[in-house]
Amino acid sequence: MEVLDIIKPENQVFCKTKLLTDATLSYCPGCGHGTAHSLTMEVVEEMGIVEDTIGVAPVGCSVLAYDFMNIDMTQAAHGRAPAVATAIARLWPDKYVFTYQGDGDLAAIGTAETIHACNRGEDIVIIFINNGIYGMTGGQMAPTTLEGMMTSTSPFGREAKTMGLPIKMTELIANLPGVFYATRQAVHTHKHARKAKKAIRKAFENTRLKKGISFIEIVSNCNSGWKMTPNEANKWMEEHMFPYFPLGDIKVNGKLK
Amino acid sequence: MSELKLMKGNEALAEATIRAGADAYFGYPITPQSEVIEYLMSERPEKRTGMVVLQAESELAAINMVYGAASTGKKVMTSSSSPGISLKLEGISYLAGAELPAVIVNVVRGGPGLGTIQPSQADYFQSVKGGGHGDYHLYVLAPSSVQEMADFVEDAFDIAFKYRTPVLILSDGLIGQMMEKVVLKDQQERLTDEEVIKRYDTWATTGKTNRERNIITSLDLVPEKMEARVHKLMAKYKKMAEEDLRYEKIECDDAEYLFVAYGSSARIAQKAVELGRAKGIKVGLLRPITLFPYPKQQLFELADQVKGILSVELSAGQMVEDVKLAVEHKVPVEHFGRTGGIIHTPEEVLEALEQKIIKNGSIRHHKTRESSIL
Amino acid sequence: MTEEIIIAGFGGQGVLSMGKILAYSGIMNNQEVSWMPSYGPEMRGGTANVTVILSDERISSPYLKVFDTAIILNQQSMDKFEESVKPGGILLYEPQGIYQHPTRTDINIYQIEANKLATEMGNKKIFNMVVLGAYLKIKPIVELENVLDGLKKSLPERYHNLIPLNEKAIHVGMDNLKTKIFQEKTVTI
Repeated sequence: MEVLDIIKPENQVFCKTKLLTDATLSYCPGCGHGTAHSLTMEVVEEMGIVEDTIGVAPVGCSVLAYDFMNIDMTQAAHGRAPAVATAIARLWPDKYVFTYQGDGDLAAIGTAETIHACNRGEDIVIIFINNGIYGMTGGQMAPTTLEGMMTSTSPFGREAKTMGLPIKMTELIANLPGVFYATRQAVHTHKHARKAKKAIRKAFENTRLKKGISFIEIVSNCNSGWKMTPNEANKWMEEHMFPYFPLGDIKVNGKLK
Repeated sequence: MSELKLMKGNEALAEATIRAGADAYFGYPITPQSEVIEYLMSERPEKRTGMVVLQAESELAAINMVYGAASTGKKVMTSSSSPGISLKLEGISYLAGAELPAVIVNVVRGGPGLGTIQPSQADYFQSVKGGGHGDYHLYVLAPSSVQEMADFVEDAFDIAFKYRTPVLILSDGLIGQMMEKVVLKDQQERLTDEEVIKRYDTWATTGKTNRERNIITSLDLVPEKMEARVHKLMAKYKKMAEEDLRYEKIECDDAEYLFVAYGSSARIAQKAVELGRAKGIKVGLLRPITLFPYPKQQLFELADQVKGILSVELSAGQMVEDVKLAVEHKVPVEHFGRTGGIIHTPEEVLEALEQKIIKNGSIRHHKTRESSIL
Repeated sequence: MTEEIIIAGFGGQGVLSMGKILAYSGIMNNQEVSWMPSYGPEMRGGTANVTVILSDERISSPYLKVFDTAIILNQQSMDKFEESVKPGGILLYEPQGIYQHPTRTDINIYQIEANKLATEMGNKKIFNMVVLGAYLKIKPIVELENVLDGLKKSLPERYHNLIPLNEKAIHVGMDNLKTKIFQEKTVTI
């Protein structure tokens, strides 16, 4: 039997969500962004809210998220996605508004916007991909780069004394009363991805409660930036990232765990 | 059913913003324009019209909230003063690049740096030459009275939506802080969400229905596409010059000398015209109302009539460059202006005309011609 | 008719509000008006001044070098603005705290002891209305009726019960104006 004989609608057992476009992903093979994109779009499709969902893309590897997510999107200046999303949510209070940001965008240049959107308790979802490095610009140190980790701007390893320790954004913002839900997830295995999808769904549902921010950190890999194979990167992530950034809920329904 | 009030320029602008049916204002306090957000907050616009008013955590956040709000197809404004505008310029460049309608107000104070809180017009270059990065311009309106602070709000929104472009209202501490009579227009209804969707569904993030998704972005990594974007912007600016140039001529018909001034300096120069005429000097005033587009042709033509031109601006000499470009060396052009927050008096302005233009004009003119022959 | 006025004194003396009431009165009188304050930190405890113009024609510059009338309420303002009065113009001042009295002979100089009078009336806050009354006695550019309408416009409604007191203060100012024709001799008119 030829391959083309097998590819028929009646034989189809799985397909990607319609809310992902057919554009070729610009992410490196093995990168977690693709999974995080599809989980987010699956949630939007399953909830039947595509007409009411507006996304905000950051500056970073996922700057072109709008090329892949088949929904209305606004591309924000570096770090300012929470401010952009604040205004969209205020002006479309009945819509589901989310930002999709990396660690440089959310935890370095956009720290003020992140903290103040959280503090105001905007009814938005923030999806925060933390891979401990600047991917788009070619592997420079991020605010979440682990101690001792070598990057192009910390070529001898991140030194705590001069460069500080990696910032735990989710723990930091969870302490603000405006944050309703804060959780840390991963997407490198099916098991983790299923859990992450549940968290994303809960976050989108939360925005209807008008009780504040739902913040989902996804600890992810950057095999290109870390200079590893995808499998090595995932293993390294489990061994080094997870102990410093432990997975699990930090705040649920407005209560710290 | 218009309403006569005595108001500060900043307050008149704020009230006019509510009445223009604006959907949102995002700002951050800075002297001398904090009255704008103070007034808006005290008026409870969320109750009056449903307008959103939010004090952002910084000017950066404020301009990016404007960007987000504008991307929904709604009417949004921000205001600030010079140092705050410098912070907003990144976002303003994004607004221009993403072709978003928005109104930005700069109540200018003296600089550079933290400078002074007193009035100035030293943000001319920043306002008309781009300011932020990239090939773009703002449509720039320069009010010179409290009445215009109110009237230009609606005009600015009209232009912003006509061209899908950010519009700058370039005021200054004098016009912002002074009180004058102002006639306010009636309240315009805000568009309903359904009306916004109906009008702007072709480009705004209104939620993807059966149409293609709408994307608001200024990014284009394909050079040819990016160049096409730039050309599209340039075509808009050309159209603005053809259709929406604004200026005022005062006592120009028989003028032998000319002041060129905008905003607060235009008011002072107008008094200098009165003082000059009382002394028998036939002087007129050309007041650009839009600084971009600029009344180049009008100046070019006036240069055939007058013997010399004095550009008057509360700066060390910025607009004078555009005046010189417009008159193409037909007559001497000089600058006069105080800086540091000092406001020039009408007497000083007239004296500058007498000293810099009338006394030296003919000699200078002659020299220019001679050197051009050589 | 155009009247160009500078009012200058300490922040807290009601300089800006006196100017505002005058401007409102002008509006009630169907005139063009402008009110241009000094602003910023110098207002807080420092000097404050406001340029008020009332005119039958469109007002060109709201910012001026010379004035028809200067109303001076402290020494710093006297030092700054005595020379700014047009020849033949008016200088009205409150003498308390003034140690260098005006010396010009080409202008009309008047005094109003507004501090003393307001204290006698039991409310120091109406100081500026006493001064305004004195000014209107010299130059009745607006009707008293217009001033009262202007007061109503510029005062928040919760203070409207104070309008009769303000009116009284204006009358006290009108009745106690002193003209200073010669430096050594003060005459009550």
